[in-house]
Amino acid sequence: MTRRTTGWKLILFYVVLVLFSVIYLYPFLIQIATSFKTDSSATDSPLSLIPHPFDPSAWKRIFGIGGDNSVPIMRWLGNSVVITLVVTAARVFFDSLAGYALSRLRFRGRGFLFGTVLAVMSVPGVALLIPKFLMVSYLGIYDTYSAMVLPLLVDAAGVFIMKQFFDSIPVSVEEAARIDGAGVFRTFWSVVLPMARPALITLTILSFQGSWNEFTHFLVTTQSPELKTLVTGLASLASGDLGAGSQYPLKLGAALLTTIPVALLFFAFQRQFVRGANEGGDKG
Amino acid sequence: MTTTTGSRRRLRGGGGIHGREGVAGWVFTAPMIVVLGLFLFIPVLMALYVSFTNWNGNGSPFQGGQNAQWVGASNYTSLFTEDGLKRSTFMQSLANNFWYVLLVVPLQTAISFFLALIVSNRFLKGKGFFRTAFYFPSVTSSIAISVVFLFLFANSGAVNAVLETFGVKGPAWFSDSRGLLHLLLQAFGVGDSPSWAQGEVLGRSVWDWLSGPSVAMCVIIILAIWTTTGTFMLMFLAALQDLPGEVDEAAMLDGVSPWQKLRYVTLPMLKPTIFLVTTLGLIGTWQVFDQIYVMGKGAPGNTTLTPAFLSYKQSFTSLQYGSGAAMSFIVFLLIVALTAFQRWVMRDKDAPRRRRRTPGGATAAAVANDQVAGVPAGRTR
Repeated sequence: MTRRTTGWKLILFYVVLVLFSVIYLYPFLIQIATSFKTDSSATDSPLSLIPHPFDPSAWKRIFGIGGDNSVPIMRWLGNSVVITLVVTAARVFFDSLAGYALSRLRFRGRGFLFGTVLAVMSVPGVALLIPKFLMVSYLGIYDTYSAMVLPLLVDAAGVFIMKQFFDSIPVSVEEAARIDGAGVFRTFWSVVLPMARPALITLTILSFQGSWNEFTHFLVTTQSPELKTLVTGLASLASGDLGAGSQYPLKLGAALLTTIPVALLFFAFQRQFVRGANEGGDKG
Repeated sequence: MTTTTGSRRRLRGGGGIHGREGVAGWVFTAPMIVVLGLFLFIPVLMALYVSFTNWNGNGSPFQGGQNAQWVGASNYTSLFTEDGLKRSTFMQSLANNFWYVLLVVPLQTAISFFLALIVSNRFLKGKGFFRTAFYFPSVTSSIAISVVFLFLFANSGAVNAVLETFGVKGPAWFSDSRGLLHLLLQAFGVGDSPSWAQGEVLGRSVWDWLSGPSVAMCVIIILAIWTTTGTFMLMFLAALQDLPGEVDEAAMLDGVSPWQKLRYVTLPMLKPTIFLVTTLGLIGTWQVFDQIYVMGKGAPGNTTLTPAFLSYKQSFTSLQYGSGAAMSFIVFLLIVALTAFQRWVMRDKDAPRRRRRTPGGATAAAVANDQVAGVPAGRTR
């Protein structure tokens, strides 16, 4: 903008921005407030931010207090946590291994492999529902934790991010290590990886967010209620599979619980999120 | 080229560093090859095979027999040529998705550009807050957000409560299958299904084709715009920051008005980003799935059905995996074509800006791709 941006114009800008902030943030505030309302006050005063009467029973049900286990949200939470941790750890390790090899190691077929990674990245996720189901059934692991976790252990976009990062750092340090006689893995593990911290943080965040929010993969590879994650459980809760009535406080509370971990991560690592958005990342 | 030098050196060095590198290269990439091969590459081929059978979910799809007969290309051709419910439903899903794309892509591009322009203002305080506020919806789970929207747009929900304060009675959003364009035409006195719109195209009347998105679909459209503008705004912000300052100053010295500057300086220079955002939008909008799953699974009256969701429903609910797979490959081809088009147009344009990060320059296509595949940290759909 130019120097002319002064006075009333700046005020107008603030008005526009505040208006948009309300549109973008108010739904979350309503969500928090509603999770502490009673079923009837949720629909009677949908806009109010102060629960009246204040009713924590939705949260009691979420945390399984009081013996009502019709909606086992804690079980879902446990599944989500375990799967997210395993997938994130594996992705960070395997993606950087592969990214490093594609960037630095000279071996026959490297160009072909990288080309394949690029091609794989353009395959839309929604076209993979039936393929994933077919393979998982073929291997006889349909409806197991293996089916949920194994296909997510490596992602092409993560490999790509790591390769791009390794391309951008100088080779000299590694060469020194190599001359000192360190093996390839040794060099990778104790010399290169520590230098790759920023990229590893970005990759960790993207993997965490991606596997925590994952939906379609679990939808087509599982069916047991015991294998539901927060996201798939929430989806079945929302589409009315579990219990009658609108149950808005419960649904919005569960949705909030699903949002919180990624939100915390987001506020703690905003800069990396922004970098992720501009450099590519995870398939939703 | 490095591969050839590598192997040549290996021959000469005989098991020296590069020989080990050759082995290490394959060992390091082995997990990736196994996982992507086993759960992505081969499965796509399997699904391609299934799309040529009439597998009904019983037994193995690969052993032929009653349950999975080879039917040639009929799963594909019947979607376009065979009169019947399957074709009309598929055509309706294409139309639904088309209206969805037509509204979401321009609006998300325009709004995110507009927000980026304002937030990038030099004299503005609290930029960080606004940027965070606009970006936050794009990092949350699509399912969780859809649940919130289910509540906001419920009959007695927040949106209708707001409308009521303006004296407007809001519709029953999720059960209203009336098309937006129909409502508009009717407001101008065009009756229900006039004579000029009676003809049939691909199993649907012209009037049906012209319905516009249903009221229920509009909720999903609003949701899509609301969750994606933040990501796209960040892309525009990055591009705005990359604009050379001299141009700004020159424009200022020449005394052009802000509007002129926007029209003749900023917009032309942001062309690559606008193109990127538009094509990312196009690619993302043809993949919408999660929101539809939560918000009615195609209801009301199939007006929120999209080809991607229909392919899921056809397979996992109707147990017609062959035709479901065929539908998903049609979506697949459409999206790959859009992606290829984007990569082709962007093959050079993005290089100069990125050069410092990707030495060698040859990776321009890859960089363009990274953004394509980078259905990024923030959602683009």
